Amino acid sequence: MLTSQFLLLGAVLFCIGVYGVIARKNAVLVLMSIEIILNSVNINLLAFALRNGSADGHTFALYIIAVAAAEVGVGLAMVLMVYRNRRSIALDDLSEMRG
Amino acid sequence: MPAAGVFAAELLVAQNIGFVVIAAVMVVAALRVVTTNNVVHAALWLVTVLAGAAAQYVLLAAEFVAVTQVLVYIGAVMVLFLFGTMLTRARIGAERDLNNPYSRLGIPVAALLLAAMSVAVVSSFGDEQLPAQPRVVSVAEISDQIFGPYLLPFWALSFVLLAAIIGAIVLARKD
Repeated sequence: MLTSQFLLLGAVLFCIGVYGVIARKNAVLVLMSIEIILNSVNINLLAFALRNGSADGHTFALYIIAVAAAEVGVGLAMVLMVYRNRRSIALDDLSEMRG
Repeated sequence: MPAAGVFAAELLVAQNIGFVVIAAVMVVAALRVVTTNNVVHAALWLVTVLAGAAAQYVLLAAEFVAVTQVLVYIGAVMVLFLFGTMLTRARIGAERDLNNPYSRLGIPVAALLLAAMSVAVVSSFGDEQLPAQPRVVSVAEISDQIFGPYLLPFWALSFVLLAAIIGAIVLARKD
């Protein structure tokens, strides 16, 4: 197996996630796109761990999974509160902090 | 390496076929996540992406991370997403108002980013082979890493998780 095939898969998934973050208006769908981005990073880390024969990449990947779980929990709680206050989770309606 | 035997030994046909099939499924599912106009369908396509990522982790000889991926992502995070969808959307089914009006702008941005990253990856790692007989990283070794040199990030992560739990409860509580 080539190193670059895993890195290219990670790059493709990363770009799909970036497109989702740019194109989506619904906050839950933006969070899903961020999950795709985090997974592409994990694929890269594990490919490098296999290439270098070290356990560091595995440790980083586990930490990223834990941080992603925390991020989804807080993110969905915030989305829930925004929905409760405004009856909408469209991100471009949330312009109150605009300077 | 002139010998054909070396080439055949490093080719790993089954792994490569598995990689191509899983990668194709993952890319199609990820495209559906960012293009479908049904939030529940997007969540279910995301399950496909995450399961494919777990399969890729197995191909990369990272069993523990793959099992953690299945437990945490497919088990817990997806339930959170489906709950979030149910609690914020009264309507189940296709919706029209999910994309930004300027969502086409994302296509050139993503294409440029992909081109830049592909050029960087190919020029750096072009034909480099992964080791055919990799050193298997055991769970004991990962735990030695976590509770050895990476102990401080582990503590920080514990506080992040604690803060996230308390924050989520405070935010989502009705008062």
